Amino acid sequence: MATTTSIAKYESQKIWQGGNEPFKASWGKLMMWFFLLSDAFTFSSLLITYGLIRYSHVAYDPAVHGEFKFSTEYWPIPEKVFAGVPFFHGVNAPLVFVGIMTFILIMSSVTMVLAVEAGHRRDRKDVEKWMLWTILGGFTFLFSQAWEWTHFIIGENSPMNATRIDGTRIIGANLVENQYGPPLFADLFFFITGFHGFHVFSGVLINIIVFYNVAMGIYDRPDRKIDPGAEPYEMVEKVGLYWHFVDLVWVFVFTAFYLI
Amino acid sequence: MAQVQHATHAHEHQKPNTKAIWRTFWILLVVTTLEFIVALGTPFSHGIKVVLYAIMTIIKAFYIVAEFMHLRYEVRFLIWAIILPMVFVVWLLVALIVEGGSIFQMNLMK
Repeated sequence: MATTTSIAKYESQKIWQGGNEPFKASWGKLMMWFFLLSDAFTFSSLLITYGLIRYSHVAYDPAVHGEFKFSTEYWPIPEKVFAGVPFFHGVNAPLVFVGIMTFILIMSSVTMVLAVEAGHRRDRKDVEKWMLWTILGGFTFLFSQAWEWTHFIIGENSPMNATRIDGTRIIGANLVENQYGPPLFADLFFFITGFHGFHVFSGVLINIIVFYNVAMGIYDRPDRKIDPGAEPYEMVEKVGLYWHFVDLVWVFVFTAFYLI
Repeated sequence: MAQVQHATHAHEHQKPNTKAIWRTFWILLVVTTLEFIVALGTPFSHGIKVVLYAIMTIIKAFYIVAEFMHLRYEVRFLIWAIILPMVFVVWLLVALIVEGGSIFQMNLMK
């Protein structure tokens, strides 16, 4: 009995003594994980900054401020800010468009998983098909975001808008002032959704490169001189990790920016 | 050589196994829908809503990381190497939100 325990203990210590793969993952996948961890730190710092700044501002309170109207005095209610939908000008549809964008991104994450799954089966046709859907989803999200930014920046001339100290109405948004609330509201919107959008953009580019390589049959025969441990279609898995991470970040951005 | 070709051939006709993927998709979709219902159709106070959002966000994050990113099926050490640093990030988040509240109180006293 005592011998069994000491052998088990010895075996568990041996894991970290070299000549072994403690994580049982290829170096490429492992490095992708650690890159994503560091990227998660960057996004966390942005979202934590948002939390700090938001809770150091006055919140809208109907008892104190009366009926809701945008003001630089207090933080706006997100569903009042994000209430526009393309082709339905002037229709009040709170959070509907963000909902569509969220759905698009989740959907493209699903098609990415399906591409990875097809890669496990070495089914090149299927990988190509699902990669193309993923790229299409990425582009759709980017165009949606471009529309949302345009809508946010141009704004509209409405009596709801926040006013300057001299009483004139602010129209639209930039880094100095905006019609929705304190200047930092728009600043954080631009920084956080912009940084996320840039990740989506790079993701789409990487997806296109990987799609090209898949179509060329490069991942059917991985070059073991370049990467000794390479499995066929592992690159699809690695780019998949990145793509899911982008989706994951959106989950948090969505909660922080559009719900809370 | 003939054997190798036969093996690849067998691979091509393997059936796609996508049940778990679509299950995760439905969970994500339902939780997101619930978030919208809480945001637009419930009379809860802001504080309760924030707690509900936090719970639902963690559920979604869990399913994306565990199922889509496959972390659930990795070795224990790898799971902890990723999760443990993030625990400290959550700590920082809570600490600085509380700090934000304190800055707010200080501004009131000015």
